[in-house]
Amino acid sequence: MSQAAWRNISIGVSGFIVLGLGALVIANPGKIFFSWTFFFEVLIGGLLAGTLYSLVALGFVLIFKASGVFNFAQGAMTLFAALSLVRLIEITNSILLSMALTVVIMMALAYVIERLVLRPLVNQDVIIMFMATIGMTFLIDGFGQLVWGSDVYPLNLGIPQDPFEVQGVLLNQFDLVAGAVAALLVAVLAVFFQKTRIGRALRAVADDNQAALSVGIPLRHIWFIVWTVSGLVALVAGIMWGTKSGVQFSLALIALKALPVLILGGLTSIPGAIIGGLIVGAGEKLAEVFIGPLFGGAIENWFAYVLALLFLLFRPQGLFGEKIIERV
Amino acid sequence: MLYRDSGQFKSTYEDDRAIFPIAQDRYAMLALLAVAFVAVPILGNDYWLRSIFTPFLIYSLAAIGLNILTGYAGQVSLGAGGFMAVGAFSVYNLLVRVPEINFILALVFGGLVAAAVGALFGIPSLRIKGLYLMVATLAAQFFIEWSFTKFPWFTNYAPSGVISATPIDMFGWKVEESWERYVLALAVVTAMALVAKNLVRGSIGRSWMAIRDMDVAAEIIGIQPMQTKLLAFAVSSFYCGVAGALWAYLYLGTVEPVAFGINTSFQILFMIIIGGLGSILGSFLGAGFIILLPIFINIAGTGLGLNLSTAFISHMEFIIFGSLIILFLIVEPHGLARLWQIAKEKLRLWPFPY
Repeated sequence: MSQAAWRNISIGVSGFIVLGLGALVIANPGKIFFSWTFFFEVLIGGLLAGTLYSLVALGFVLIFKASGVFNFAQGAMTLFAALSLVRLIEITNSILLSMALTVVIMMALAYVIERLVLRPLVNQDVIIMFMATIGMTFLIDGFGQLVWGSDVYPLNLGIPQDPFEVQGVLLNQFDLVAGAVAALLVAVLAVFFQKTRIGRALRAVADDNQAALSVGIPLRHIWFIVWTVSGLVALVAGIMWGTKSGVQFSLALIALKALPVLILGGLTSIPGAIIGGLIVGAGEKLAEVFIGPLFGGAIENWFAYVLALLFLLFRPQGLFGEKIIERV
Repeated sequence: MLYRDSGQFKSTYEDDRAIFPIAQDRYAMLALLAVAFVAVPILGNDYWLRSIFTPFLIYSLAAIGLNILTGYAGQVSLGAGGFMAVGAFSVYNLLVRVPEINFILALVFGGLVAAAVGALFGIPSLRIKGLYLMVATLAAQFFIEWSFTKFPWFTNYAPSGVISATPIDMFGWKVEESWERYVLALAVVTAMALVAKNLVRGSIGRSWMAIRDMDVAAEIIGIQPMQTKLLAFAVSSFYCGVAGALWAYLYLGTVEPVAFGINTSFQILFMIIIGGLGSILGSFLGAGFIILLPIFINIAGTGLGLNLSTAFISHMEFIIFGSLIILFLIVEPHGLARLWQIAKEKLRLWPFPY
């Protein structure tokens, strides 16, 4: 099918959906409560919830950029890091010590993954690698819960959680902290990637595996470092999600929510991950509150995926991604 | 010694094209079918028939469905559970609204509805592939699950959102006992597995494999990617849909949409990875493996005198599944089916070295 035909079909389909939604909204005036204050409250709440998606998506992007592996286990790593931290705090009673220990654990995990999974599978198909990370997901989930237990653990690192008001819009301090942490993390990663020796090596590997090898960059170390870094990003994400909703198994499932974020932002772009997360977070909250009542609610579960699906029709490489899609 | 094909000459094209070209394979298959159709229902007790054989057969059917799409046509899908749900719910709706219809016809109807839905969600595959396509199938999975939960029409306005299977009555045969359910499932699965085997051996299967191996080259030799891919989605969803309907009517009895959640999709994907991508036999082996593993862990635990908690067992299951998948991908990417093939090759020479 030609490019133009595709464009027309895509535009037709989206136009149809928009018109349908518009008609629904007009036909059901009583069902939706709307005011601008409320709108902004939902919008900001969604944006801040989106930063948490961004944190998970960030881990995906780091690994994808450096090794071309789509790491489905990022959610499992998030859960594992958060579980380790919570239980270590219970054992050692010291937040700093537990943090340090968790970092060591995540490094060990990265080493084991590199040694036992990545090295034997080097040069395999993208899909094979992806399925291997699905296997890893189950392995890490099972192992983490076997060692650390599978209850819901509250995590309290002293991050304030009180709501406050700005211009009549209700905000939560914790969400602001989460936003700040995400911003800080991106800044640190940007400096790490652009200014340090290791960062330069990482970018070289991302560009071309073989060329990097031939100028003497040790690929194995690089992979170990990348997986460690994404393990640390998982830890940060785990802390944020854990503080918000307790450390529990459902943390592992946010990996699925990070997929549409990646599609939106582009698989290879760090800013893309952040902005994709914000769009998905805000979009799904707004849709849930303002369109959801027309369908009986709970459209949050699939809204992000359908958004990603529509996005794929127009711009398969995402907002900021490199154009890597092959046309068939 | 016994497994030897010397002296068996293929003198016609029909012989050459047979599914089982070696006579021993044919006899073994006939014996297996005889055991499955006659001996198992007579000898098997209620627990084995109800909780192991029937779900094994139905999972195998779903695995064949996903294997057609992922193993043969190369389109990774995480929506198998969703398409199973479509099959189950459309059969239910047809039987509730038109009770006099034959169950087999209802199954076909359920399969066709699932095929239509599958082809619809397969449309993005014309433009995207690999990981991107997987996200599209995830969208199908969540969207389907959500719509069966949210629109009461699908569940015939059942207050709890749970459907209960109506009694099956076809040609005057009331399928009630667990052995009757087993035999019905076996008959359906045998017929559909045979069709699948012939599909993937024929020109359609070859074009699927061509698309899987290199889509650009396939297009150049005259295979239309659009039709081939959509057909793969439709056929795959047909199989999954029938499997879903059987799951609801022969195994569970009462179904809520959650029963066909994302975990089911993952489980079926694991079956085909462990059993063998691109192999009908592998679908059966993988399904058997995944059904038996938890039981085996349980028995092993009791046998060792350990008192294992259910949480421990389920976590061990996670760990073992995960490690096995990685192990299979590294050591034997073609799964159990390939191991079986290697064993057969060895057996042909045994006990001589060459």
